[in-house]
Amino acid sequence: MNYFDKDLTSLHEDLVNKKISATDLTKATFDNIDTTDADVAAFLNLNKDAALKKAAELDEKGIDADNILAGIPVAIKDNIVTKCLTTTAASKMLENFKPIYDATATKKVNESGMINVGKTNMDEFAMGGSTENSAFKTTKNAWDYTRVPGGSSGGSAAAVASGQVVAALGSDTGGSIRQPASFNGVVGMKPTYGRVSRWGLIAFGSSLDEIGPITRTVKDNALILSAIAGHDDHDLTTSTNEVPDFAAGLNADTNVKGMKIGLPKEFLGEGVDKDVQDAILAAADKYRELGATVDEVSLPHNKYGVAAYYIISSSEASSNLQRFDGIRYGYRADDTKSLEDVYVKSRSEGFGDEVKRRIMLGTFSLSAGFYDAYFKKAAQVRTLIINDFQKVLKDYDFIMGPVAPTPAYKIGEDVDDPMTMYMNDILTIPVNLAGLPGMSIPAGFSNGLPIGMQLIGRPFDETTLYKAAYTFEQATDFHKQTPNAGGKN
Amino acid sequence: MTSRIDQDQVQHVASLAKLSLDDNQLKYFTTQLDDIIGLFETLSEVDTDGIKPTSSVSDQINVMREDVADNWGQRDALLANAPEAEDGYIKVPVIIDESEDED
Repeated sequence: MNYFDKDLTSLHEDLVNKKISATDLTKATFDNIDTTDADVAAFLNLNKDAALKKAAELDEKGIDADNILAGIPVAIKDNIVTKCLTTTAASKMLENFKPIYDATATKKVNESGMINVGKTNMDEFAMGGSTENSAFKTTKNAWDYTRVPGGSSGGSAAAVASGQVVAALGSDTGGSIRQPASFNGVVGMKPTYGRVSRWGLIAFGSSLDEIGPITRTVKDNALILSAIAGHDDHDLTTSTNEVPDFAAGLNADTNVKGMKIGLPKEFLGEGVDKDVQDAILAAADKYRELGATVDEVSLPHNKYGVAAYYIISSSEASSNLQRFDGIRYGYRADDTKSLEDVYVKSRSEGFGDEVKRRIMLGTFSLSAGFYDAYFKKAAQVRTLIINDFQKVLKDYDFIMGPVAPTPAYKIGEDVDDPMTMYMNDILTIPVNLAGLPGMSIPAGFSNGLPIGMQLIGRPFDETTLYKAAYTFEQATDFHKQTPNAGGKN
Repeated sequence: MTSRIDQDQVQHVASLAKLSLDDNQLKYFTTQLDDIIGLFETLSEVDTDGIKPTSSVSDQINVMREDVADNWGQRDALLANAPEAEDGYIKVPVIIDESEDED
């Protein structure tokens, strides 16, 4: 079975009414993955035995009628560690790595009664926007198997969009949840920095990384974020703010009446496809029709976001990835004749080109003589980008715009052109630099390919984004369309 | 356009990052890094005089906790991930380069 016409509410009802058992649901999920993943290639590793064991335990004690997440199969991006289940971050470096603990997000998924069915493909160490940088396989866009699923959480987004699972976890450092959600026509939330613990998320850019849910519907997304969010003693950058029940306000009365929405002129500028611009302008009209006001606003430093981001994220990556040295865990090269040789050969053979590129960019930006001109300058520009957002969000409830300048492009089209790849992140990156919540929801199609709309909110105000996203979703039918086996049928 | 980074500098950066590049890779990465550093240099257009750099966007500052061990005592499980282990230790290859003894 696939999840095209299911959501958490309907699945929960079926489980509670014993229309289906957790075991049968989990089995049916694996059967479908076994069939469809030959094409989609969303998964790196399935968790069959443990998942079926957990489903049987849940059936044995009975599905908790008050817990909507009980017995729901989900997928987890492969940079989020899972105890005893191989976690590779799609890198040869970690091909055989079996974590000895669960990430806090994994633990919360497990404790909530959800069933982890497997680990999804991604760009190596989350560096990339197409999942083509995986060391292991090429994931396909759910709507067109000749196109990229986006990235870096391409496996999670394609798995949800192709109906393999109802929900998946991703991570977002510069757009890695929102952009693949946009490319696959599903809902992706990058929460506020500090909303979800990063403990057990394999670190890329520690001041930017955030875990969040990818789902078919807005309400499902809200339900899962509430389950994985919260302060964690293991990640002292997590906020002590209370976690709201994000789904509580999503019902027939939810509306955007009186809301003030900012539409940055920089988000509809040069390089943004006409179809994407049109979809966003139509969405703005829809919001007006629904009772909100939409005004043009400006984020003047937005265009410097890509440069600042690639300096900051690469610098943090260069530091974070020092730990992969071939000694304690991970890949170790053969035929080494000195300790230096172990480090150099293991890293040179274990990392792919994009990871090497980022490590070198970061090492360069932090090196003697260049630090002030690059790293410090980027950190100052980051402040200006934050100030731009603060100024707009003082007067507006949230910001709307596209997620990506184009719909999904062809596999292989940009993979050897890092500059083009980096520029594609121009609309998502500033949100990470500012630590704000940002989400992608379906807002149109261009030649059969989904277009995502991005909603950006005030810190820790995911609630407003969910309300606005839910209102738009209920008033449109983009989310009801489903891909036809990647264009095969 | 004048290059912003040359092959010698890329070689130096690679060695700082404990990466080795063959001649082809060196050429390939030098061109790409040069382009990307050109993008970085657009930041010089921005007036940042007196602007404080941002290194964290967390709302938590200097969080303290008790200094107690947590999640420990898993030596065997940890060692199972080591490329080589023996008698409770991580094993590394011989680390003295004997070819250098001839000097």
